[in-house]
Amino acid sequence: MSDTEMADIETVPVKRPIRWHIAVFLAPAFLVYTAVMILPLIETLRLSLFNMVEGQLAFVGLNNFRTLFSDPRLSADFWNALGNNVVFFIIHMAVQNPVGIAIAAMLSLPGLRFAAFYRSAIFVPTLLSFVIVGFIWKLILSPIWGIAPSLMDLVGLKWAFAPWLGKAETALIAVSLISVWQYVGIPMMLIYAALLNIPDEVLEAAECDGITGWSQFWKIKLPLILPSIGIVSVLTFVGNFNAFDLIYTVQGALAGPNGSTDILGTLLYRTFFGFQNQMGDRSMGATIAAVMFLIILAGVALYLFVIQRRMRRYQF
Amino acid sequence: MSKARSAPIRAAFIHLALIAYTLVALFPVFLTLVNSFKSRSAIFSQPMALPTPSTFSLIGYQTVLNQGNFVGYFQNSLIVTVVSIALVLLFGAMAAFALSEYRFRGNTLMGLYLALGIMIPIRLGTVAILQGMVAAGLVNTLTSLILVYTAQGLPLAIFILSEFMRTVSDDLKSAGRIDGLSEYAIFFRLVLPLVRPAMATVAVFTMIPIWNDLWFPLILAPGEATKTVTLGAQMFIGQFVTNWNAVLSALSLAILPVMVLYVIFSRQLIRGITSGAVK
Repeated sequence: MSDTEMADIETVPVKRPIRWHIAVFLAPAFLVYTAVMILPLIETLRLSLFNMVEGQLAFVGLNNFRTLFSDPRLSADFWNALGNNVVFFIIHMAVQNPVGIAIAAMLSLPGLRFAAFYRSAIFVPTLLSFVIVGFIWKLILSPIWGIAPSLMDLVGLKWAFAPWLGKAETALIAVSLISVWQYVGIPMMLIYAALLNIPDEVLEAAECDGITGWSQFWKIKLPLILPSIGIVSVLTFVGNFNAFDLIYTVQGALAGPNGSTDILGTLLYRTFFGFQNQMGDRSMGATIAAVMFLIILAGVALYLFVIQRRMRRYQF
Repeated sequence: MSKARSAPIRAAFIHLALIAYTLVALFPVFLTLVNSFKSRSAIFSQPMALPTPSTFSLIGYQTVLNQGNFVGYFQNSLIVTVVSIALVLLFGAMAAFALSEYRFRGNTLMGLYLALGIMIPIRLGTVAILQGMVAAGLVNTLTSLILVYTAQGLPLAIFILSEFMRTVSDDLKSAGRIDGLSEYAIFFRLVLPLVRPAMATVAVFTMIPIWNDLWFPLILAPGEATKTVTLGAQMFIGQFVTNWNAVLSALSLAILPVMVLYVIFSRQLIRGITSGAVK
């Protein structure tokens, strides 16, 4: 398929021999990527416009979306999952990224000893699978084992302990913080790289003007790493609105207690495959996937066309 | 004078903060590894203590190795990961070479098309991917996972590798052409060896999400014969949830390969990130 396309492109402008090797180089990647990623994505979007009508798959327009947004049975779950997903994202932006930036700022200070060790150690959780992370934290926070209460006892905070993962009010925050713990490594590394790229002359000039320490960070370094913070934010956004594994591992497919940790990924899984006494529904699954696609697309587009363009970039 | 005195104090505070966070990052892993070597009563009575001769026990590991099919799971994960990485590197490097070396109509468009997948997660197409795999008879095969992970890894690989390939000297390639090398020989014999460091970076970036993925094994290959380690550990722990020895040992076994690879490749990985490979 791509061979003929490429060949057409080649022959149009000038009469010269078809450069088949270009097509050969591009074909494998193009074919696998198109067949396994792009076409299923399009097919999923298409399926979201179809549903079973009298046992036949029929075009129903935007009816599936109407059902998802306003049907009394499904819409409650959907709005709950969307709301939780927004909270999940806000907690990441408010905790994960500032902590990552703070660690990166400390690591990048010139002459800091053991910087390589800290950097490698703090990155370890990011490499672990959700299954490992989820179960480790489930065990640590479990009142049965008592690690968390006894640690809190050391600092006199035992009274504040509660089975956070088991209570509907706190479960979402607890799960989000576990995810933050796992992913702090990503903002840390990317911001660290950005900080290392700031030329020494700029910092020396700042020091000559008496701008050091805190004010140097706020006035000189932070504006210079804003583009990287933008990238970290959009990566966080895409990752969060597509998350599934951690919640599935810690709280199961029902995202308990009482749906309090349900996000779009777990809702998609349950709707598409069915769970316990709920039947799997392909069309509604595709509809939820389409909504997730539109949310992610909107976020990425906002970043690419609005935020990134307005951001001032400094060339050194 | 004051600066000289405040510097060590500041450094001490910074070390204190970093040590504190390092403990937060490593403590859960440490706790799991340590307790997997203890007897059940010791896990509960002294969870923080290192195993002593009286509390040392391998009962958890015995349960895991007898009950679960972990060797098989490891094999599946290894096959899926290695084959996917090989395909991502080969196909990705070929496409990156075409995009960075030749000027042809549609070049930019093709580049953008292949870059879409960096931001749009492949997971959103799951409904149709499953349908397609069912139609192709690939459900519960490792091939289905390999195909999905190859498609998933390609966009970032092509993006990173084409950046690197632009830095390969044109003189070298021209010299090759004058010597009568074909375009394929130029790619395989001149360019590929020169971008090997970038290939290693891409390999590490590609490997981590594949090895750790739970979603696609759960959906495309949940059968006993095709379970990956991540899915196998998830299921095993689900069954043995009250057998703490077994759970901790299974977790430790799942951590082990990742840690070994990290120790081997961490310099490569960190150099890749900090050199601006992902921007």
